[in-house]
Amino acid sequence: MSNEENGNNISRRKFIKGVGVGIAGSCVLPSLEQSAIAQAKEGGDAVHGGKELLSLTVNGKPVRVLVEPRMTLAELLREKLQLTGTKIVCNQGACGGCTVLLDGHAVYSCHMLALDAAEREVTTIEGLMTGEELHPIQQAFVDKDGYQCGFCTPGQVMAAQALLLRHPRPTREQVLEGMSGNICRCAAYPKILESALAAAEKIRKS
Amino acid sequence: MARKIIKSKYFVEEDFVEVLAEVPAGGSSPLPTNQEMKVIGRPVTRLDGYDKVSGTARYTFDINLPHLAHARTLRSPYAHARITAIDAREAAKMPGVLGIIHYQNVDQIPWYGSSFLFDPHLRYVGDEVACVAAETEAAASAALKRIKVEYEELPFVVDAAAAMKQNAPAIHEGGNIQGGKPAVYARGDFDAGLAEADVVVEETFTTQVEVHNPTEVHCSVVNWEGDRLTVWDSTQAIFSVRDTVAQSLGLPASQVRVIKRYMGGGFGSKLTTGKYTVMAALLAQRIGRPVRITLDREEMNLAVGNRPDSVQKLTVAAKKDGTLSAMSHWSYGAVGAYPSGAACSWPLRTIYQCPNVKTEEYSVFINAGPGRPFRAPGHVQGTFALESILDDVAEKLAMDPLEFRRKNHATIDQVMNLPYTSKKLLEAYDAGAKAIGWDRRRKVPGADKGRYQRGLGFASQIWWGAGTPPAGCILKLNRDGSVRLIAGTQDIGTGTYTVMAQVAAEILEIPIERIQVNLGDTAVGPYCPLSGGSLTTPSVTPAVADAALQMKEKLLSAAAAILEVPQGELVYQRGEVRHTGDTSKKKTIVEILREMREQTLLTYGARNANPEGYAINSFGAQFAEVEVDTLTGHVKVIKVVAAHDIGRAVNRLTLENQFHGGILQGIGFALMEERVIDPQTGKVLTVNLHDYKMPTIMDMPEIEVIIVSEADTKISNVGAKGVGEPAMIPTPGAIANAIYNAIGVRLHSLPMTPDKILMALAQKG
Ligand code: FES
Ligand code: FES
Repeated sequence: MSNEENGNNISRRKFIKGVGVGIAGSCVLPSLEQSAIAQAKEGGDAVHGGKELLSLTVNGKPVRVLVEPRMTLAELLREKLQLTGTKIVCNQGACGGCTVLLDGHAVYSCHMLALDAAEREVTTIEGLMTGEELHPIQQAFVDKDGYQCGFCTPGQVMAAQALLLRHPRPTREQVLEGMSGNICRCAAYPKILESALAAAEKIRKS
Repeated sequence: MARKIIKSKYFVEEDFVEVLAEVPAGGSSPLPTNQEMKVIGRPVTRLDGYDKVSGTARYTFDINLPHLAHARTLRSPYAHARITAIDAREAAKMPGVLGIIHYQNVDQIPWYGSSFLFDPHLRYVGDEVACVAAETEAAASAALKRIKVEYEELPFVVDAAAAMKQNAPAIHEGGNIQGGKPAVYARGDFDAGLAEADVVVEETFTTQVEVHNPTEVHCSVVNWEGDRLTVWDSTQAIFSVRDTVAQSLGLPASQVRVIKRYMGGGFGSKLTTGKYTVMAALLAQRIGRPVRITLDREEMNLAVGNRPDSVQKLTVAAKKDGTLSAMSHWSYGAVGAYPSGAACSWPLRTIYQCPNVKTEEYSVFINAGPGRPFRAPGHVQGTFALESILDDVAEKLAMDPLEFRRKNHATIDQVMNLPYTSKKLLEAYDAGAKAIGWDRRRKVPGADKGRYQRGLGFASQIWWGAGTPPAGCILKLNRDGSVRLIAGTQDIGTGTYTVMAQVAAEILEIPIERIQVNLGDTAVGPYCPLSGGSLTTPSVTPAVADAALQMKEKLLSAAAAILEVPQGELVYQRGEVRHTGDTSKKKTIVEILREMREQTLLTYGARNANPEGYAINSFGAQFAEVEVDTLTGHVKVIKVVAAHDIGRAVNRLTLENQFHGGILQGIGFALMEERVIDPQTGKVLTVNLHDYKMPTIMDMPEIEVIIVSEADTKISNVGAKGVGEPAMIPTPGAIANAIYNAIGVRLHSLPMTPDKILMALAQKG
């Protein structure tokens, strides 16, 4: 069994466990919800029946957070951690708008539960930067105009990062394949391709 | 600078509009050509690039406010129904629920002309029933399921042909034909033209409903401060959102502020104010908290617009020598449940020379989501049909398709009987044909014998490109020599921030890094038109130029006062004013401003009036090469050459990008995109991005963009025409003709999916 399969099994178990708690919780919702609101008012996210403690690494920093089992990784990033660089477009694993790196591999963060990222390392568009400085891939998207509205761009950049981690010297075909899971409705594709190729070149030279 | 108020008429999306506009009294004088420019015309990277790639660009979707509540909408599950009872008591008691609105507890707010914000008469799957605000989006969604609604189901119709029949279910009181009658146009004598023709071809074409599906879902965040409302909205038209929201809520427009900084695409769907914005404002008012409302992808595919479908019957008659003698266009299309436009005959009426033309077009109501303008409304579908049939006529005449178009080149606008300010379509033909290698084209269609068959095809394009006044821009020169441009336009992803800065940088001869641009805020920017219809660059950049030229004047006059010399002896160069004789006498911008102490220099630039007595249009031709896999029916677009007359190119980089986008969307429309409704239930089957197919990077052909035009000096100082729509208009027609050239059988129906290709091949035998 590969590591990845292993990871999935663990998280599926967790998910089922979490759902069970959620259902049990819903029978006594009013009081629970009130206490949750009360806790929220106190500024804390204290433990209660509906939530699970999750620890993971986000952009190099350890994060411990209570989440509802139904929460997706994208929601965790955007709503709990305010990392709104990650976008949600289809919320269904069909477009790549929410792409982030999980242990260096591109994943659709809308299509996995936050709990599935337990003890793993998540990198978002914000984590690609060094302080205020752009990553060479980000810079390449600026130089080559690899976007129009920019809404799919964080996902495109992360997909390019995953691609270049795998293939530091990608062929044109490898780029096309690596980026084919990311829809750009503005269809800036020719310049997205150029950006990814230019980024590879830039990283190679540095 | 002297100004005057004029009446300006321009075409936007689907209609002519007339507005009053303040314009410079003296007209405008053209800027130098691009060859003499340092910044304009160059591939300048975007001002907002950093924000976009770093994830710091804040879209409406990302806005969070303290104490923010979240709203979700309950929508009709039926294609046609009447609400007989609604009970939201149980839903209201759900945890986290803050407020619920529906037709029984909200005043009737007029919408779509004859309907209301909440209308108990529901006319499509997705029509708004109720809206809930809650602590979280999940809580709001959960509450939607607990609202008890009783519906009386009504007979429905989801097909335009069926809706036009006598006994069809009536969607509106006046019947299912919008306006009660077709839109008609005629010139010359069609029958006489037909009589003198040697070749007559009659064909029927159909096009599908296409959905915009911008990546950022439609969304608003609203916040009341007393009786003032701030709306962050993902919109292409901040001023029209302001006006619609104000009117709906009974507020003076001045009390509503609409802000849009970044937005994730629109393509026309975000030109119209959404019900959701007003619903959010009503909820926010009731619960005393800011509200964020977003649609999900399913709602995006139901309720926020689409390109109406079309059935187009064309007749084209030509003489032996290739001259067109008569053309007619009869069509209908489904606009959905509320008013929109399905007309698509404009290209046929105007692009080629033909004395005898008649058109008759029906916009038909059906029980489906209402249409909205979609990148070149009518023109994309109309051009596909026209260019397809023209190729068939050319073949009958044994003429090369390109020669046939050249033969019928129109030198004036035949509808308005006006000359064009400029028309470089013939140049586009030459450049495009050369780039694609038109002489490689198979003379006999379907000449290839193997599994993969290749073909070349082309189509022409016409669009309204003028832009219009009023469009204003404030230019602020700061003490540190930096510049701020403020305008009420919006950058919808096309590069408006950047092109505006380029114009100011060019004229003031300062580095573009010193320029900041503030757009998309009705409270601070002077009025500019909506961003659609390829209006933005041609409307807004001339106002920037006007403001920058005035600023130069101001600096000259300031320097004259400081240096105590006549202004006429001074010149402005590279951010400095210097004396023509005494070279020691000079002042930089910063020096001048320092001496003026706290006074910031301000100018207000305005877009000039369009010239009287001219039609202003953009033109172009696209050439496509395709390869058809005759085994699977798959079509691969190999290459597209786009040769266009768009006036002055202001930014080569963003311009190319827009052409790429338009062409790829054209490929989507030609080959894959289609909204499908189940006729049995009236439900849309393609409500997610799995089922609604859009182009990916794998569908990308090689694309070459050729601009054959220079500045159109008759239009404005900048002389740009718009690019957004022209980029997409001819693509499907060019691909259709290339497919015909490849396989030798004509497809009359979009999208040209593998099943249709295989069927056509089978019929050919
Ligand atoms: S938003 Fe996650 S794949 Fe589309
Ligand atoms: S840049 Fe707009 S969706 Fe990709």
